[in-house]
Amino acid sequence: MNLTLRVWRQKGNSGAGKLTTYPAKDVSPDSSFLEMLDQVNQELVGKGEEPIAFDSDCREGICGTCSMVINGIPHGPQRGTTACQLHMRVFKDGDTITIEPFRAAAFPVVKDLVVDRSAFDRIQQAGGYVSVNTGAAPDGNAIPIPKAEADVAFDAAACIGCGACVAACKNSSAMLFLSAKLAQYRHLPQGAPERIRRTVKMVEAADREGFGNCTNYYECEAVCPKNIPAHFIAEMNRDYVKAALVSREFDDVNKAAEDEG
Amino acid sequence: MSNINLDAKIPPGPLATKWSNYRSQSKLVNPANKRKFNVIVVGSGLAGASAAATLGELGYNVDCFCFQDSPRRAHSIAAQGGINAAKNYQNDGDSVFRLFYDTIKGGDFRAREGNVHRLAEVSTLIIDHCVAQGVPFAREYGGTLANRSFGGAQVSRTFYARGQTGQQLLLGAYSALNRQIDAGKVKMHTRTEMLDLVVVDGQARGIITRDLVTGKIERYAAHAVLLATGGYGNVFYLSTNAVGCNVTATYRAYKRGALFANPCFTQIHPTCIPVAGEHQSKLTLMSESLRNDGRIWVPKKAGDTRSPETIPEDERDYYLERMYPSYGNLSPRDIASRAAKRVCDEGRGVGPEVAGVRRGVYLDFADAIRRLGKDTIRQRYGNLFDMYKKITGEDPYVVPMRIYPAVHYTMGGLWVDYNLMSNISGLHVLGEANFSDHGANRLGASALMQGLADGYFIIPYTLASYFAGTQLPKITTDHPAFAEAERQVREQIIRLQSVNGNRSPDSFHRELGTLLWENCGMGRNRAGLEKALKRIPELRDEFWKNVRIVGGAEEFNQQLEKAGRVADFLEFAELMCLDALTREESCGGHFREEYQTEEGEALRNDNDFCHASCWEFTGVGKAPNLHKEQLVFENIKLAQRSYK
Repeated sequence: MNLTLRVWRQKGNSGAGKLTTYPAKDVSPDSSFLEMLDQVNQELVGKGEEPIAFDSDCREGICGTCSMVINGIPHGPQRGTTACQLHMRVFKDGDTITIEPFRAAAFPVVKDLVVDRSAFDRIQQAGGYVSVNTGAAPDGNAIPIPKAEADVAFDAAACIGCGACVAACKNSSAMLFLSAKLAQYRHLPQGAPERIRRTVKMVEAADREGFGNCTNYYECEAVCPKNIPAHFIAEMNRDYVKAALVSREFDDVNKAAEDEG
Repeated sequence: MSNINLDAKIPPGPLATKWSNYRSQSKLVNPANKRKFNVIVVGSGLAGASAAATLGELGYNVDCFCFQDSPRRAHSIAAQGGINAAKNYQNDGDSVFRLFYDTIKGGDFRAREGNVHRLAEVSTLIIDHCVAQGVPFAREYGGTLANRSFGGAQVSRTFYARGQTGQQLLLGAYSALNRQIDAGKVKMHTRTEMLDLVVVDGQARGIITRDLVTGKIERYAAHAVLLATGGYGNVFYLSTNAVGCNVTATYRAYKRGALFANPCFTQIHPTCIPVAGEHQSKLTLMSESLRNDGRIWVPKKAGDTRSPETIPEDERDYYLERMYPSYGNLSPRDIASRAAKRVCDEGRGVGPEVAGVRRGVYLDFADAIRRLGKDTIRQRYGNLFDMYKKITGEDPYVVPMRIYPAVHYTMGGLWVDYNLMSNISGLHVLGEANFSDHGANRLGASALMQGLADGYFIIPYTLASYFAGTQLPKITTDHPAFAEAERQVREQIIRLQSVNGNRSPDSFHRELGTLLWENCGMGRNRAGLEKALKRIPELRDEFWKNVRIVGGAEEFNQQLEKAGRVADFLEFAELMCLDALTREESCGGHFREEYQTEEGEALRNDNDFCHASCWEFTGVGKAPNLHKEQLVFENIKLAQRSYK
């Protein structure tokens, strides 16, 4: 296949960027999208030009490193598929393909297609855990968990933290990501003791990072490579509202716990 | 040759009580003193993240480093099938001893009894802890944890989370790590690559790093350094590893005096998607768990190119079921891989010809779909089937999968004693980066177990014992050893940039990988290894004369990162081939064609090679010194490994 690429080139976060056109020649339809970019980069290096910087690691759709907008869609046209798992057979010979970074104020560009998604880490640091130390656990079968609930928790936990949901959203909202992280714990008994506290801390952390609000466009759900359903957002919102209602009680509980020391 | 004492420091006493005795008797650091110790953890996969989190919980100050943009992206994330634990929830006769025995036997009797027994003991704690963290393991309708079978075992002891066990366990460790980052006990350094180890007066006291965004070279000092940097499978260029996986951290520690043990013990995984062409940048694993329900076969006749559904049952060879009736499709990885190579060498491979040979065998679910229904198969393996379809464009519910072996895991690594400490005082090595538990072949679902055992349950004890029993003088990063290590790191970067030749780092990597796959892959022999040993230094010379790196050193530069890693692979490859040449026996993943039984099985030589080969660096291109740690088997009898 022969293709024309229009690729976002940007030196660093401070510099201005622009779309630059490159030919991609003799591409195998069996190669992945990133392998096609590898091939273009090899040619650029051969000519002494700087190759296109893009992030990738596992190249099997699970690490969440790859992050690019292909023809206007984060991860490209195939539903439920990361850019690394997208194969060239979905394109046609002669196509022109536009490739840009994930764009959001909270994801500053590092170089070309590479962005800084450390905001996602900071949101999870704010409360995305069960407070249990190594060595303190009861037997794994001590608390039975209905299979259906465990399955829902897994569906949420399948999130790979890639940020496509943010890149697709007009408001650059991280709600799908956030709600998936919360739903994993919400549907497991181990997550129950910290449920309200976790919701408040993580939602507030996302606000601090500059992600926008959800106004129900559902673009996030459409581009999520792991098909995380948007109804998790509604669950999260219910918990957040509940937190406001019970906050006094919640504070009292915490205070009592501290007093007991 | 320097005088190195390879004392494994296995505690005395009966096997079953060694670890509990160790824990009762080892020295402790009191809680108030723990905050006086700084620990560097390099790597944030299962071993690194679990170690950093647990040490943070205990009160140590931890700096954790990863080259990825987030600790959650370390390659443990990609493990699919599961994690073993001797829980015996299935009431099928499992026990700590049985897991220990299966692991030693699976490793073809080339691992230490003491370490492996401890691993089997703590396996059960891992499951409890991960459940408590909120890891969504697969469950039965009654609410209890589900299990499945994996290769090399006759019990069902593998816990799993669909085909994403690695991601779920890593997210558990990552959540624990996040909690300690939030608590201020762990400082995380992402997009930061370790480029050298700093040794002061024989003790590992720090590292030199490069910030991959700004290019800034920095020094970090600590009281101990923990390497949890994974394996070196990418030396073969094509492997199931992430494209960023590399040998740099462990190799540079080797150049600072740490012994590298059994580098030739590499694992070729039998069930990967076959190579499709020149463009390929990596190979994708199809979880071993598929062998629970899939049946592996090839046509009986060579050159039979009929489509699979038209080949009648009596013209198919279910060769694993035929050759190894008691384990069948669940034969261990090394055995299943070699069998696949053999049938393809006989011309009975399937799928498209690549370089003149059809390299593929069928993994067929037709029987399982008939027996269990499509829905059950989708529940068990849905995401794997989807992934296969995305990559190959074929639907495995309809057409049998095509699979072929690929490099997947490396059993070799830096030598460590029972404390997980290398021969350099204070340098500890965890997870795949060390050599310790899997011998010459790792059983499926044991990598996750080992990574988490090392990080959650072993290093917290052994590191305390090290701190409590060691004089550690106060040093800062102004120490001359830091300056010298930094100078060398800078020099190498300048040297790489000044070559200004014509070939990309990637093209050298690809050429090296092909050379190793052909000569130090699934089958090895003297002539091939000698050929590789002659060619590697030539390729290395060419690299240093002709590599081309575009872009500067004080910026985000992926070519420069890659070049540094390829430079290390080009040295390390020589060590791997030398180890393979020196080990004149076949065992586990190391198959020397000269040493096989009449039936083509691995022929061990316990008289001469019942040891770990531990290599000491003496200079680039110079023969390294070989030190041997004799393996002592007191509790089990060495036997020919049979899965018939």
